[in-house]
Amino acid sequence: MTTMTDPPQESFRLSMLLNDTRYRSYTFQFIALMALIAMIAYLGSNLVQNLRAAGLNISYEFLGEPAGYDINQRLIEYDSQSSHWRAAIVGILNTLLVAFLACVTATVLGVAAGVLRLSNNWLVRKLMAIYVEAFRNVPVLIWIIIIFTIMTAVLPGPRAFRGDDPAASMVLDMFAFTNRGVYVPAPVFESGFFSGAGNWLVIIASLVASLFVTRWNVRRADQVQEATGQRPNTLWANLAIWFAPLIVLCWVMGLTWNYPELKGFNFAGGWTIRGSLIALWFALAIYTGAFIAENVRAGIQAISKGQTEAAASLGLRPRRIMNLVILPQALRVIIPPLISQYLNITKNSSLAIAVGYMDITGTLGGITLNQTGRAIECVLLLMLFYLIISLSISGVMNVYNNAVKLKER
Amino acid sequence: MTDATSQRTEPFVRTDMLPEQEPPVTERGIVKWARENLFSSTANSVLTIAAIVSIYYILVSSMPWILNGVWNSASIRECREILEGATGGCFAVLTERWNQLLFGFKYPPDEYWRPTLAFVLLFVAAAPVMFFKYLPSKMLIFTGLYPFIAYWLIWGGPVLAPVFGLLGFVAGYLVWSRFVANSFAAGFFGAIAAALITWWVGGMITNAVSSGNTLLSAVPSRDMGGFMLNLILGTVCVSLSLPLGIALALGRQSDMPIIKWICVVFIEFVRGVPLITLLFVANVVLAYFLPPGTNFDLILRVIIMITMFSSAYIAEVIRGALAALPRGQYEAADSLGLDYPQAMRLIILPQALKISIPGIVNVAVGLFKDTTLVSVISMFDLVGMIRGPILASTEWNGVYWELFGFAAILFFVVCYGISQYSQWLERELATDHR
Repeated sequence: MTTMTDPPQESFRLSMLLNDTRYRSYTFQFIALMALIAMIAYLGSNLVQNLRAAGLNISYEFLGEPAGYDINQRLIEYDSQSSHWRAAIVGILNTLLVAFLACVTATVLGVAAGVLRLSNNWLVRKLMAIYVEAFRNVPVLIWIIIIFTIMTAVLPGPRAFRGDDPAASMVLDMFAFTNRGVYVPAPVFESGFFSGAGNWLVIIASLVASLFVTRWNVRRADQVQEATGQRPNTLWANLAIWFAPLIVLCWVMGLTWNYPELKGFNFAGGWTIRGSLIALWFALAIYTGAFIAENVRAGIQAISKGQTEAAASLGLRPRRIMNLVILPQALRVIIPPLISQYLNITKNSSLAIAVGYMDITGTLGGITLNQTGRAIECVLLLMLFYLIISLSISGVMNVYNNAVKLKER
Repeated sequence: MTDATSQRTEPFVRTDMLPEQEPPVTERGIVKWARENLFSSTANSVLTIAAIVSIYYILVSSMPWILNGVWNSASIRECREILEGATGGCFAVLTERWNQLLFGFKYPPDEYWRPTLAFVLLFVAAAPVMFFKYLPSKMLIFTGLYPFIAYWLIWGGPVLAPVFGLLGFVAGYLVWSRFVANSFAAGFFGAIAAALITWWVGGMITNAVSSGNTLLSAVPSRDMGGFMLNLILGTVCVSLSLPLGIALALGRQSDMPIIKWICVVFIEFVRGVPLITLLFVANVVLAYFLPPGTNFDLILRVIIMITMFSSAYIAEVIRGALAALPRGQYEAADSLGLDYPQAMRLIILPQALKISIPGIVNVAVGLFKDTTLVSVISMFDLVGMIRGPILASTEWNGVYWELFGFAAILFFVVCYGISQYSQWLERELATDHR
C-alpha cells in the first residue's frame, strides 16, 4: 500500500522572485511602482529646482487679479477689469456654447447624410459618399481656417451696407452678414419677471416642465393601450403642452425683437455672432457630421434583414417597423460612437485658438497664460476642465450602455 | 362531309421563331437605369433634381476659376494683371512656393533630394510590411534599417550616430536571444542594459570622433517644416506608439493591480484632454520637468507628447480586440503550457492585431490629420507655412483658396490612400466565411 504524502515544502529562495509565477507578479509590480515613484521624484525635484532658479512658485492667486484684456464674444458680463477667473468662466461658457451648437448641427447633418447614403437614389448616394470621404480625410483645422477665411475675407465689411446704393444689403432686413460677424435679431422681454438672464431661466423651466408633462402623457397613452388595445392620439395634446405655455409666457413677458441696424461705421442692436464662432461651429459640425454619417450607416446596416421581414410578417406597417423594430436596435449600435463623437467635438473645440475664438483654451490657456507666465497652473486647470467634461460624458455613456444593453440570463 | 373536311382551312401554325426584339426603350439601357436609380418615386426625383442643380452650381462657379488659373507669375498683383478682371485662380503661388510648402522655409534647397529620397525609401521599407503576402520577407531587413537611414538622410550629421543607434538594438537583440531561453526577465532586462551601454559608449565615441566636415551636412530640427514635418511627425509617432499602445493594452488587461491602474490612469487621462493641451505641455511646461540646463528640441518634445497621445488611443483599440477574442483562445494557450509572453506572442496578439487593423488605421489617419495642430504652437508645418510665411508675405497676401485647397488635397490623397489600403488588407486577412 502506498501512501500519498505532500511534496516537501520548498523553502523560499531569492530566485523564486523572478522564476516562480506565484511571486513574479509581485516582483514586477514592485519594480513598476519603484520606477513610477523614482520618475515622479525625479520630475518633481527638477520642477522644484527650475522654479527656484526662475524665482517662481506654484500659486493660483493670479486668478483673482484683473485680467486686463477684452473678450468680444461672451455670454455673461465681463470687462477688462474682471478677474482672470471670470475670463476663464467666460471661456468655459464659450466652449460649452460652441460644443453644444456643433453637436446639434453635426447630429442633424450626420443622420441625414447617413440615411441618404443608404438611399436607393444612385446620385444622392454617391454625393453623400463624396461628402463623407472629402470631409473625413482632411484635417479639421484646415476646414476651420477655410470657413473662417470665408467669414472674414469674402463677406463685405459694414461699410458696404452704407450709402444710397449699397454694395451689400441685409437679408430680409433682419440678418446682416459682414466680415465682423453675423448680426441677427435679439429677443427682448419688455415686461419680464426679472431683468436680464432670469427671463431665459423662466423659459427653460417651462420647457423642462413641458418635457415631463408630455412624457407623462405618453406613459398614460401606453397604459390605456395595454388595458384596452386602443391607443389614444397623443400628438395634438403634446403639441399643445409644448407650445401653449411658451406662447403665453412670451406674451406675458412682452417679447419683442431688437433688430440690428447700421449706425455709423458698424451695426448696433441685435446679437452679434462672430465669424470665429461660426467658423468653428460649422467646421466642427460638417467634419464630425461625416463621422456620424458613417456611424449611422453602420448602425442601420448592422440590423439584419430578417428583423424587417419578421416585423413585416407580424403585420406591422413600414413606418412602425422602423419605429418599433429597426430604430431601437440600431440606436443601440449608433449611440455609443455618437456620444464619443460629441466628446471629440468638445475636445476639438480647443482649436478655437487658431481662429481667435475665446474659448477656455483661448482665455485661460492663451492670453492669461501669456500675460501671467503661469504656464503650469494654467495648463493644469485647462486639462482638469477637459478631463471633467470627458469623464462626465463617458459617465453618461456608461449609464446609457447599461440601460440598453442586451439582457442575457 | 368529305367536302367539308377537305375544305377545312389549315389553322395557322407558326413554324419558325420570331426574331428576338429589343425590350421597350423604357426597360433597357440608361433609361431603365435612370428610372430605377434616379426617378423611382416622387421623393427620389426631387432629390435627384436637387442634387443635379447643386452639382451644376458648384461646377459653374468653380470650373472657370480652375481652368482660367494662372500658373506663372511672381505675385498676386501680377496674377490679377494677367487675369484682367476675369475669374481665375492664382495657382502661381504653388509653382513659386512649392518648396516652402513641402520642405519648410529653412531647409537648405541643395539638400531637398535627401528628404525626397527618404520619402521614396519609405515606400520600399513599408512595402514588405504592407504587402507581406506578396513580397519576400528578406526585404524586412531593409525595413529594420530604414529608421536609421531616414534619420541620417533627413537630419544629416555624423554617420556614426545612426550606426550606433542601430548597434544598440543589435546588441540588445543578441543578449535577448541568448538569455531568453533561461528566463524572460533576464533576457528582457539584459537586452535593455546592453542597448543602453552600447548607446552610451557610442555617444562618447561619436562626440570624440565627429569633425566639422561630414558626408551629409547636419540640418537642425527647427529647420524642418512644410508637409515634410507633417509626414515626419505622423510616421514617427504612429510607429513609436504601436508598441507602446500594445504594452498599455496588455497592461490594462493584466492581473497585476498596480500595473493595471498605472495604465488605466494614463490612458484615461490622455484620452480625456485635447491634443492642444498636450502640445502646450510640450511647448511651455515640459521644460520645467527636465533637468536644469537641458535644452530639448521642440520637435522632439512634440514627438514625445504626440506619441503618448496616440498610444493611449491605440491601446484602447487593441484592448477592444483583446476583449473580443473568445476566452477559449486564452485557455487553449494556457493548456498548451505556454507562458505569458509566448501565449501573447504566438496565440493572442496575432489574432487581436488582425481584428484591430481598421481601428489602428483610423487612429493613424486621425493622428496624421492632427499633426497640423503643431501650427498652433508656432511650428511651421504645412498649415503653419501657409498661415505664416506665405500668406504674410507681400507677394501672396490674399491667395487663400489655392493654398488651402492644395493642403486639403495633399491630406486627402494620403488619408484616403491609407484608408483604402486598410479596407483591402481587411479583405485580404478575412479568414471567416462570408
